[in-house]
Amino acid sequence: MKVAIPVDDKSMSTNVSQSFGRTPYYLIYDTDSKKSVFLDNSAIASQGGAGIKAAQTIVDSNINAIITPQCGENAAEVLKTANIKLYKTINFSVQDNICALNDGKLPILEDIHPGFHGHGGN
Amino acid sequence: MKVAVLSGKGGTGKTLVSVNLASVAKESLYIDCDVEEPNGHLFFKPKNYASESIEVKIPFSDEKLCSGCRKCVEFCKFNALAFIINKVIVFDNVCHSCGGCILLCPEQAFAEKDKLIGKVQYGVSENVTVMTGVLNPGESSGVPIIKKLLQDIVSGPELIIIDCPPGSACIVMESIKDADYCILVAEPTLFGVHNLNLVYELVKLFKKPHGVILNKCVEGENPAEKFCLEKDIKVIGKIPFDGGLGTLNSNALISVRENKKYHDLFASILQVVTKEGSYETVTNP
Repeated sequence: MKVAIPVDDKSMSTNVSQSFGRTPYYLIYDTDSKKSVFLDNSAIASQGGAGIKAAQTIVDSNINAIITPQCGENAAEVLKTANIKLYKTINFSVQDNICALNDGKLPILEDIHPGFHGHGGN
Repeated sequence: MKVAVLSGKGGTGKTLVSVNLASVAKESLYIDCDVEEPNGHLFFKPKNYASESIEVKIPFSDEKLCSGCRKCVEFCKFNALAFIINKVIVFDNVCHSCGGCILLCPEQAFAEKDKLIGKVQYGVSENVTVMTGVLNPGESSGVPIIKKLLQDIVSGPELIIIDCPPGSACIVMESIKDADYCILVAEPTLFGVHNLNLVYELVKLFKKPHGVILNKCVEGENPAEKFCLEKDIKVIGKIPFDGGLGTLNSNALISVRENKKYHDLFASILQVVTKEGSYETVTNP
C-alpha cells in the first residue's frame, strides 16, 4: 500500500504539514517495501481549488491512503471518489504516524472541514 | 455621470459616501455592487418593485463521450475540474463559468446546466432609485451579478453612484469598468494608506479620473492625506471623525436626510465630484 503524508520539508525528520492542499511536499511511503519518496505539490501556488488539484496529483500517483491532520471537502470528495482512504494524524511526527499506521492504530479522518479557500488554515 | 466609490478594504466608508452622495443629488441611481454583503438597502429601505434571479452556466461532462485527454482539467485555472476513474468531476462552487473546458474539449463531451447564484433587486427610496445585487453565500464569483446590474442601468437620473465591493479584485474591476469617475475612500492610518494604494494603483491602471475622500479625519497628522500630497492625488472631500455622523450611520439613517450640517458637507463634495468628473470627461475622453 502507498501512503501520502503532507510534510513541510524533503527529509525524514520533517514535520507533518497542517494543510493537505497547500503543503509544499508529500512523503510517499510504501508499506510493503518500507521505502519513502518525496513528491512536490504543484497545487501550493494555486489561486483557488488547491485541494482539488492536490488530490488529483495524489490520485494520479496511485496512492491508496493519505494521513493528514485535516482535509477540505473538495479534496475529500476527489479522494473518496478515487477510493483513497483518509487517516487522521496522531501528532506532527512523520515516524510516529507511520508506526501507528503499521500497527493499525491510526484513526479514520471523520471531520472534513468546508475548506479555507485561500483564507488562513496554514 | 457614473461615479464609482471604492476602497482597499471594508469599513472605510464606501457605503456612507455612496448613500449620502446619491441622496443629496436631486435625482440619482444607486447601485450596490458589493454583492457579497450589500448593505446600501439597509439605509435606503427601498420599496422594491422588481427582483430578478441570476443564473450562470455550469458545465458537466458526458462520460460516454469523454476520451480522458484531460485538456479541460489542465486548462482550468480555478482547478474546478478533476479526472477520477475515467470521469470528469466538476466542482460547481469553484467553477467561474468561463466556458473554457467546453471550448477546448476535442470530443465535445460537455453540456451546460443553469445554476442560481443570486438576484438583482430594483427599488425606490424618495429621490433615489436603488439597485441591489445579492450573491448567494458560498458562490465563487459575483461578477455575473455585477454585469447584470450595470447592463440594466435605467435611463433618467444623471448621477449614478456605484457602491463597489472592497479591495481591487475582479469584482471591483467589473464594477468600475464603465465609470466616468472614481472616488477612493481612505482612512487616516498607515494601514489606510496601504489600502488606498491598492485602489489607487487600480484606477491608474484603468486610466480613470479619480479623487480621494479622507474619512474619519481627526486633529493631527493624516498619513492618507500625506500620501495624496506625495502622489499628487486630488482630495475632493474630508469627512470628520464625528460622533453625530457615526450615530446616524449606525442607526441606518441617511445623514443628509436628517441633518443640515451633513447635507451641506456631502452637497459640497458632490459639487466637486460633478465638476471634476465632467472636466475629466472632457479632457480625458
